[in-house]
Amino acid sequence: MTGATRAEICAVAIAETFRGDGETLVSPIGTLPSIGARLARLTFEPDLLLTDGVAMLLASVPPLGGEPHEPPVVEGWLPYRSVFDTLWAGRRHVMMGATQVDRFGNQNIACIGPFARPKAQLLGMRGAPGNTLNHPTSYWVPNHGPRVFVEKVDVVSGVGYDRAARLGERARRFHEIRRVVSNLGVFDFATSSRTMRLASVHPGVSVAQVVESTGFALEIARDVPETRSPTDLELEILRTRLDPLGAGQKELGG
Amino acid sequence: MSEADVVARLRDGMTIGIGGWGSRRKPMSLVRAILRSQLRDLTIVSYGGPDVGLLCASGKARRVVYGFVSLDSIPLEPHFRRAREEGRIEAVEYDEGMLQWGLYAASLRLPFLPTRAGLGSDVLTINPHLSLVRSPYADGEELVAMPAIELDAALIHMNRADARGNGQYLGPDLYFDDLFCGAARERFMSCERIVESGELLREGTFHTLRINRSMIDGVVEAPNGAHFTECPPDYGRDEAFQREYAATARDPGQWETFKKTYLELPDEAAYQRAVRAR
Repeated sequence: MTGATRAEICAVAIAETFRGDGETLVSPIGTLPSIGARLARLTFEPDLLLTDGVAMLLASVPPLGGEPHEPPVVEGWLPYRSVFDTLWAGRRHVMMGATQVDRFGNQNIACIGPFARPKAQLLGMRGAPGNTLNHPTSYWVPNHGPRVFVEKVDVVSGVGYDRAARLGERARRFHEIRRVVSNLGVFDFATSSRTMRLASVHPGVSVAQVVESTGFALEIARDVPETRSPTDLELEILRTRLDPLGAGQKELGG
Repeated sequence: MSEADVVARLRDGMTIGIGGWGSRRKPMSLVRAILRSQLRDLTIVSYGGPDVGLLCASGKARRVVYGFVSLDSIPLEPHFRRAREEGRIEAVEYDEGMLQWGLYAASLRLPFLPTRAGLGSDVLTINPHLSLVRSPYADGEELVAMPAIELDAALIHMNRADARGNGQYLGPDLYFDDLFCGAARERFMSCERIVESGELLREGTFHTLRINRSMIDGVVEAPNGAHFTECPPDYGRDEAFQREYAATARDPGQWETFKKTYLELPDEAAYQRAVRAR
């Protein structure tokens, strides 16, 4: 196998966020999150529940984009009402996007500027407030920069660790911002102050580059490891089965 | 009923709930009838798509209650965005699960339903009317008291219906159409085709009969009525038309042309002719 592309590194880093989730509904929003979740399912997390992106739970794992070789095998029905029920019951791990994210993992997808008169209206809150209080949530940022990783988000859609701490023990007991994966590295909140830590840099990326691209002071260990590279099996699955058209690389703008 | 008959039952200032989700199975022929009417100052409650965008762009909506507004294949609804950025509408933005809870509370005639969603997020700061409630039991947990969202009218679109108001969806998801009906004083349903009651089980199992006639006050037969949103299995989204619609948000001249070509027409039949003539 030739060397892994950045998109393939990201796909594996995303798959790793679902490690240990077992029989959990995984809701990946975006192209590489979908590829990563399917990769986890085909390798180390065979019990994950995945949908077709609409309302069917799939027993098969179709590729992203292009025509599947065979019709997908449906194993269940999950209309939005059931997704909400699953969410509130906590048997779900979502990977959402983030237009802005801060050091405590507060996420904004609602609007830029003041809510009353936004400079830019975005999607709206969607499910972020409920997701973050009810089950593990991770974020995917394909364009790591200081305008995304900000000191303070304009509007809090997804709840971060500082705000969760203020809620008290009962309200925050299901709160977990598992990880943030960007095109430059992997981040977690495994610090005493629950602020964002650089957990690993992708191969070819320097710590200085990550620091420069981040609008707040990250926690950085003395020796930051490199994000693990895909195994030969993972590369083969990505290239021949999950992403034969290179949809992942397109999401990175390449 | 016709679309015009439905609009005749609506009044200025009403709170109107619209079924479907994003750019999926929206009662667009009823929305277009509102656009042709003199109605104004409406509050729109929706899992928003082009219904919200069109009602904002045309100035019919004064207030929008939503969890998101999206065209699905075009993630951000450009007409809605413009209305927000120009300060033309009042926004009541909730978590999308809270929106369900508000409709469900109204449909159960309860003042509120408790939920964890919203705690710690800015949903509470941008909606100062929201209150918390403490569990009266030993746990004492503090939760959001999501208030009932009572609707004056609900508009939904189904694949099939009979003339008495039994509705059938043949696609993968009912969305929250039953709750919109439950939350509303008057409920209007458009459908692709009105069939005899005895024919309802010809195309789908009994599981698809989730709207019964006690939930509906009027039925409109509207073939292609959800256009340009999707209405599977009858038809998919008209992506080319949706792109054309979205592009008009960038330029007032293009929007005027779009309005003249597709919206400022005598009726739905004229709209369908204009769409076919493209």
